[in-house]
Amino acid sequence: MKAVTLTIDGRAISVPNGSTVLDAIRKAGIYVPTLCHDAVLKPYGACRLCIVQIKGMRGLPTSCTTPVAEGMVVTTETEEIQRIRRTIVELAIANHPYGCLVCDKSEECELLNVARYVGAQQSSVDRMRRASLNKAVDTSNPAFDFDPNKCILCGKCVRICNEVVGRGAIDFAYRGQNTLVCTFGGRPLALSACQNCGECVEYCPTGALSAKQTIIPQREVKTVCPYCGVGCSMLLGVRGQKIVRVRAAKENSVNTEGLCVKGRYGLDFVNHPDRLTRPLIRRDDAPKGAARRKPADDFREADWNEALDRVAQGLARVRDESGADAIGVISSAKCTNEDNYIIQKFARAALGTNNVDHCARLCHASTVAAALAAFGDGAMSNSISDIDCANVLFVIGSNTTECHPIIGRRIKRAVKFNGAKLIVADPRSIELAEMADVHLNHFPGTDIALLNGIMREIVTRNLYDKKFVTERCEDFEPFLESLDRYPLEAVEEATGVAREKIQQAAMVFGKAKRAAVLYGMGITQHTTGTDNVKAVANLLMLTGNLGRRGTGFSPLRGQNNVQGSCDMGALPTVFPGYQRVSDPQVRAKFEQAWGRKLSDQPGRTLTEMFQTIHDDKIKALYVVGENPTLSEPDAEHAKGALAKLDFLVVQDIFLTETAQMADVVLPATSFAEKDGTFTNTERRVQLVRKAIEPLGETRVDWQIIADVSARMGYPMNYSSAADIMEEVAQLTPIYGGIHYDRLENGGLQWPCWNRRHKGTPILHKDKFTRGRGKFHVVHDNPPAELPTRAYPLVLNTGRILEHWHTGSMSHRSRVLEAIASESSIEISHVDAAQLGIEEGDTVSVSSRRGTVRTKARKTGRVKPGEAFMAFHWWDAPANLLTNPVLDPQAKIPEFKVASVRTMLAVLERAAEDNAFLSALAENPAGILKSYDLTPEHRSALMNGDIAAIEKWVGPLEERLKVWLKARLKQENLAEV
Amino acid sequence: MNRECICEKEGVVDEFTEEQWRQVDAIIAKYRTKPGSLIPVLEEVQGITGYLPEPVQRRVAFGLGLPLSQVYGVVTFYSFFTMTPRGKHQVRVCLGTACHVRGSKRILEELEHKLGIEPGECTEDRKYSLDIVRCVGACGLAPVMVVDEDTHRQVKVAKLDQIMQKYNGSENPEE
Ligand code: SF4
Ligand code: SF4
Ligand code: SF4
Ligand code: FES
Ligand code: FES
Repeated sequence: MKAVTLTIDGRAISVPNGSTVLDAIRKAGIYVPTLCHDAVLKPYGACRLCIVQIKGMRGLPTSCTTPVAEGMVVTTETEEIQRIRRTIVELAIANHPYGCLVCDKSEECELLNVARYVGAQQSSVDRMRRASLNKAVDTSNPAFDFDPNKCILCGKCVRICNEVVGRGAIDFAYRGQNTLVCTFGGRPLALSACQNCGECVEYCPTGALSAKQTIIPQREVKTVCPYCGVGCSMLLGVRGQKIVRVRAAKENSVNTEGLCVKGRYGLDFVNHPDRLTRPLIRRDDAPKGAARRKPADDFREADWNEALDRVAQGLARVRDESGADAIGVISSAKCTNEDNYIIQKFARAALGTNNVDHCARLCHASTVAAALAAFGDGAMSNSISDIDCANVLFVIGSNTTECHPIIGRRIKRAVKFNGAKLIVADPRSIELAEMADVHLNHFPGTDIALLNGIMREIVTRNLYDKKFVTERCEDFEPFLESLDRYPLEAVEEATGVAREKIQQAAMVFGKAKRAAVLYGMGITQHTTGTDNVKAVANLLMLTGNLGRRGTGFSPLRGQNNVQGSCDMGALPTVFPGYQRVSDPQVRAKFEQAWGRKLSDQPGRTLTEMFQTIHDDKIKALYVVGENPTLSEPDAEHAKGALAKLDFLVVQDIFLTETAQMADVVLPATSFAEKDGTFTNTERRVQLVRKAIEPLGETRVDWQIIADVSARMGYPMNYSSAADIMEEVAQLTPIYGGIHYDRLENGGLQWPCWNRRHKGTPILHKDKFTRGRGKFHVVHDNPPAELPTRAYPLVLNTGRILEHWHTGSMSHRSRVLEAIASESSIEISHVDAAQLGIEEGDTVSVSSRRGTVRTKARKTGRVKPGEAFMAFHWWDAPANLLTNPVLDPQAKIPEFKVASVRTMLAVLERAAEDNAFLSALAENPAGILKSYDLTPEHRSALMNGDIAAIEKWVGPLEERLKVWLKARLKQENLAEV
Repeated sequence: MNRECICEKEGVVDEFTEEQWRQVDAIIAKYRTKPGSLIPVLEEVQGITGYLPEPVQRRVAFGLGLPLSQVYGVVTFYSFFTMTPRGKHQVRVCLGTACHVRGSKRILEELEHKLGIEPGECTEDRKYSLDIVRCVGACGLAPVMVVDEDTHRQVKVAKLDQIMQKYNGSENPEE
């Protein structure tokens, strides 16, 4: 961009064209007070504090809104400017409480700074003081308070919420003296559209918005969020050994939009009293499996020596009796790369088995399988920042704003401010669907039909990229032919999406110069998961949307370090860097480096390990930081399997549902107590830094493993996490240039081949990793379970914004738990009405595998015939219901489609011992026909005479009576 | 969690006819692609619905793709917009200086008493709404009150019943 030169207070300064005068002033290192300006916001010009004098311009323009021009002569302060600024500030504080000494924000209050700078006078403030300071304080939000009396109406919060967060929960309302920052309808924040992210609190220049528990940190440590795969950098504010505040550290392009509620307010789990601090050993008399009420009944505390000896002996015994392949090791996508590297090395070199896997199996195994086949690389092809440059964003099977909130914000910003078009394919009307140009609400499990239908339209309309297809891809012909099976009519019928919408989506996507597809578990967690991903790959190749900025293949990885765990080879078929265990050359390299003979047998996947425990193939499990009793499909089965093991070791930060079944529990440190690296969804390796000392006797995961390994005759000696990464770099080409000293400023994106390589923001630039991009023929296949009369609803499962997976962390956060403390099932208004279910009713949800109780939420977000449940709660584990059938290629379970039925819990209880009631619930009309009823009973039913019915079937609960009455009325029995 | 849907469930009785909603949607559709059209849309919509309660604001917000809070902000900022229903007849009492001096405050109080509402409100049967104005330019004949389009001059408390009678009758002649 062209530079412009101007003079500021007599000094010449050059800035890029398009900068504001304020930018230039700041660049010159001159202070000008501001209250309403922030670099991340659009210029606003409300407070008028930043006024300056510009030669040749009338009046005193606000520097924050005035663009620079060549040769401008700017004076930042004159006597007049000083006087005006003082008056402005005095007016702002005239109606402000004087309680600065006890205000939580005073340390960083911009108003206070500015008042000092301009020299506000007590006498004039007193003169201007007018209104009373009695506006009500909103304390409804669990994380922060809003005190309108301290608000100076700078509008930063309003603009942050709108421009950066993309939520628009608050705005100015009323006028004159009554002007107020306000939610819709003046509701308390807790009942508004506010998502509790606290972004506005971070920017508010006064104490108007301030955190509920403000403790000023002694120091701040830069690290990476431990929740999701976005990998936001953050500053942990530490006081003593406690995390007391979290702020966004915007050091790279990952989270220019700040932090979500989990990152900012969800980290108090680190200091939770439930943290395990000493090793536990199962008491000799404690039965295996069934955990008792108090952990103390099952476990006794032990010292590290004893616990580690037990683990080493237990594993050695199984290995000696049944061979190394009878041991399974489950690594963790929550742990660092270094932990994962050591864990898989332990499994392969110390134990001698490739039975090592982690939860990626349950989320993106299908992505890795399909993308390796299509492109030769299983990861996200482009960077998060590419969203800013795309013309079209196609989001399929991802509730991005809840599951990857900061990427969600980026999408919203791109749509609102860059004019990007948005296509959303999701059975539910998620937040993004509301702002989409096209929302394709297809039936669950019909993604291939939908995508093939769209591709056929693109081909028919000649909107595909012939050059890209011929020059860079292969196997196009058979793929093209396969699309013949997907004419519009057929696709409309299969997916339930109107053909016009399919056409529109095809036009929008096909015509785009730069289009990106972002997807999540809605694509991968199906029996057709691998094929679904292949269809996505086909779409991108067909339209040439790969290898350029603003395009790309974007699987949104779930866990903070699931990408890294895969990279580090915590997978049964590959060493670090996706080097195959079956490849003799690769094996030779690792055998030499690790000094052990290594198995060439691919190991068992996580899901297979659980399935083979029952046939005695797996006898011992070493589980690090995972909670499969809640995260595995058909959780009841998984629990049974664990109980059957000879030996179970769990290494975790809490006594999870899984740990409760262990023989030995080893207490690990949390992310805040260790050094290491996480690799986020865009392949960026970022530094995790130790902020506090390990709690109690906890130890870092890799150190624990190394100690067990030494006891089993395979010592591993590393002085630090950085030391481990040096070994990784030597053995893993894609991590070849990853060294700690290079990661200080925002990290590096792999592949990074050597010390001088700058990392790779975009993959497949001139050619695909595998050479040519490969088209695959994929066909529509129905989900394994389809709705039946007994189980008429299709249950979709997933996550919500405020919680994380099985909740070991998020349920132990005060704020997150306060916002969402209960599980619920989302059902449509139509189904609710038909089932006689009201908002907040306790309902029981059953599938062929089990039953859970939860609260009903009626919503327009799900279609009739469908339901949604998050899997975060142990008292309502959605995964008791889900179907454990696997995708044959990637072995990923079908979490997204299960058939269930819902009924009022009181009804179910009553029906248990009353055949008549259950028949009535099923089909009231049928009762009159199939039951031999007396005339009195008949008329009681027809007239909905509850008292008479009670006399006959026995007393009914209140809620049940209401239900029955409504049900009988709805059925209109009189006409039967 | 999308808490906005809580309002969805508040179970506000839908007081508008399908025809009215259709017209509202038509107005939204007309302006949908034009940026900055919130104010004209609200103005026209209020012409149809008479006032702008939350369900109407929600319809406008979703229709134009704007945050609810922004619509609320605009509705509460401009005095022209109202969130309380309007009566069939608008009764306005002038409290400008001239009228005030001649005792219009008492007229207002009397009307408040008779209608059982305060300024800015509307009677339960939606027949009258009561408002205050500041000078309608008829100061010479103060005190003044305006009902719908008619300006009543030199109003006396004793004459109020007689004035109001006219509007009572005109609407339900058979009563
Ligand atoms: S917390 Fe976040 S969502 Fe809520 S008002 Fe502030 S910026 Fe908006
Ligand atoms: S709450 Fe804070 S950020 Fe928002 S307008 Fe008031 S002072 Fe500004
Ligand atoms: S978006 Fe993900 S990484 Fe970022 S703060 Fe939220 S949970 Fe943490
Ligand atoms: S900072 Fe420029 S007007 Fe407020
Ligand atoms: S003051 Fe009442 S009309 Fe002017």
